[in-house]
Amino acid sequence: MKHTVSVLVANESGVLARIASLFSRRGFNIESLSVGKTQDDHISRITIVVEGDNKVLEQLTKQLNKLIVVHKISDLTNEEVVSRGLALIKVTATAATRSEIMQIVDIFRGKIVDVSSNSIMVEITGTEEKVNAIEDLLRPFGIKELVRTGKIAMARGRK
Amino acid sequence: MGKLTGAEIFIESLYHEKVETIFGYPGGAVLPIYNVLYDAKFEHIMPHHEQGGIHAADGYARSTGKVGVCIATSGPGGTNLVTGLATAYMDSVPIVAFTGQVPRSMLGTDAFQEADITGITTPITKHNYLVQDVKDLGRIIKEAFHIASTGRPGPVLIDIPKDVLLEKCEFLYPKELNLPGYSPNYNGHSMQIKEAAKAINEAQKPVIYSGGGVIISGASDYLRQLAKKGSIPVTTTLTGLGAFDERDDLSLGMLGMHGTTEANLAVSNADLLIAIGSRFDDRVTGKLEKFAAEAKVIHIDIDPAEVGKRVEIDIPIVGDVRRILEKLNPLVEDRSREDWSKQIDNWRKLDDTEVIEKKKLSPKQIIENISDLTQGDALITTEVGQHQMWSAQFYQYTKPRSFMTSGGLGTMGYGFPAAIGVQVGNKDKNVFALAGDGSFQMNSQELATVAKNKLPINIIIFNNGYLGMVRQWQEMFYERRYSSVCLKKQDDCPPGCSSPGDHCPIMIPDFVKLAGAYGIKAKRVSKKEDVRSALEWAINSPEPILLDFIIEEEENVFPMVPPGGSLDKMVLKGDVE
Ligand SMILES: Cc1ncc(C[n+]2csc(CCOP(=O)(O)OP(=O)(O)O)c2C)c(N)n1
Ligand SMILES: [Mg+2]
Repeated sequence: MKHTVSVLVANESGVLARIASLFSRRGFNIESLSVGKTQDDHISRITIVVEGDNKVLEQLTKQLNKLIVVHKISDLTNEEVVSRGLALIKVTATAATRSEIMQIVDIFRGKIVDVSSNSIMVEITGTEEKVNAIEDLLRPFGIKELVRTGKIAMARGRK
Repeated sequence: MGKLTGAEIFIESLYHEKVETIFGYPGGAVLPIYNVLYDAKFEHIMPHHEQGGIHAADGYARSTGKVGVCIATSGPGGTNLVTGLATAYMDSVPIVAFTGQVPRSMLGTDAFQEADITGITTPITKHNYLVQDVKDLGRIIKEAFHIASTGRPGPVLIDIPKDVLLEKCEFLYPKELNLPGYSPNYNGHSMQIKEAAKAINEAQKPVIYSGGGVIISGASDYLRQLAKKGSIPVTTTLTGLGAFDERDDLSLGMLGMHGTTEANLAVSNADLLIAIGSRFDDRVTGKLEKFAAEAKVIHIDIDPAEVGKRVEIDIPIVGDVRRILEKLNPLVEDRSREDWSKQIDNWRKLDDTEVIEKKKLSPKQIIENISDLTQGDALITTEVGQHQMWSAQFYQYTKPRSFMTSGGLGTMGYGFPAAIGVQVGNKDKNVFALAGDGSFQMNSQELATVAKNKLPINIIIFNNGYLGMVRQWQEMFYERRYSSVCLKKQDDCPPGCSSPGDHCPIMIPDFVKLAGAYGIKAKRVSKKEDVRSALEWAINSPEPILLDFIIEEEENVFPMVPPGGSLDKMVLKGDVE
């Protein structure tokens, strides 16, 4: 099962290395990871998507908690959350296929951010499923290049 | 206090932390520290290898309960600390290790003697720091001592660039700590403690499985109280030896791979296992599914990550062992458990087979004599191997902090330098370094440290001419194909020789002559009748003494639970001889 874990860490050098070292040493399987600032300059948020059962998640949480640089861990898996990822996809586009591609992008409320004589670059944000879906639909046209960010997530409401 | 250099701040901070003894080795990057140490009031012990220095700091810490402090220079100085840090990390020993680093402007350039020591040591330290600004140094040192010695203790490393040591700033040792990511939980959950008491009061066949955590938290008295009150037998792990007086009727001795029959069978048949400050190491549990298979399990430990890591726990209690036992004991009913203790007494007899007299000395005789002569009052360190297990089995431990051994990492080369730290921290105690002939050679350069500091350590070599523990495994599991375990083997020996005897070349080195080279008095002992007098000579001598005991080459450690086997399937001495 996939878990989304949000980790608040001290914003200082070497933090990511500590976390990466812990994951590789203990054999935790990271699906995606994203790091960024928070409203507090001293604190960064790392959102980790990890594969494993509840026991794996429990060990991961406990081991992460032992790192002095880790301030707080929340498991967002069963929470009401808004989660997003971003992808840039460069698709082969000919005069014949261009409008069909643009239609698909439109349905997904994506954006065309660059056009050349033989390709189109698409920007898409959304849940993992949404990004997967557009990727699947664009694949038959020929994906020249693709880049995706890790997932970021935040609990809804007053929390 | 005005402006101080980083090196002066280092010294002042150590005064604030009440450090008395430092184990350090100089070098280019720590020259500024050594310049101020010249006038400082610390006892500074210089080992002859940084690994010796950090093991000494470890022995000092384990035997005194204080934080061990060591210093090494950048690059190779730092990398020589690695084994010592990993050893201390595995056994939760509080150490603060300082390393010099190349100046900040040269970091990351592969400068002379640059090594990324914080990167290298991240997985083997509780925490580490690279000091980027002299203004942070005092705070970092304060945090490091706090982190090393509280919660589940462990080593902390502070890497200080040389230019930080030279830079000046206003110095004020911080009063408060600000560590939002660090707050060990000391007070166990009271509902859980009540649950545990109920389980204990209901149990017919309870066993306490006590680990190093009991010693670290200073809970031996409470452990005794608990055991006595509920008539609960106590078995300890290797690093837990000494937490419970082995002269007590309730003592089962050590459990696990080389544990006693009574300990392993009691755990296998228990209806309640009370794990205190222990972590279900594979050398303890054997086959996990069979470990205490009949028992409900209570686990008391300060590290939440240990609770439920290897074994499902019925009643977990996270917190400081001493505080928890303090609250638990009053809830435990006074009662006897006669059937259970009778059953256990029968298991004690299983291993009573008469030992066949052999030509050479038996390690048992030597260690029992040490035990008898010192009445459990000596401080013992060991290396790793058969002699380590014999030391665990045949010395009668009576006090916490009296047995220093590398349990988790199993570091050959630990025990002898550790004994230096033990003796330095316990000047009036009898210290014994019980060493295998193989392990001793991993750090024998520390004979110089012993000699120069006139440390009256009793160095006991168990000379079996073998890397005995490995040889035992080759004998038992690899058809006696002795591969790279004979310490006497030379290039003109017949290939594939697996039979020691009078035809063998002499042992290199001659340990008596080696000691002599350092001006240390030594004796070789090969006759049974000389064992006791040699030991008396060593104990009564105010100087260091080395005794080279020539023991039976192919003696084995029993009982033994074969690796991966279950604890109730032990191989006993009587089964094989
Ligand atoms: C640094 C290190 N290297 C290798 C080992 C593997 N090892 C475990 S016990 C042992 C043999 C130790 O021989 P010795 O010190 O003579 O002790 P004995 O078993 O003969 O009592 C070896 C090689 C180890 N534990 N540590
Ligand atoms: Mg040996």
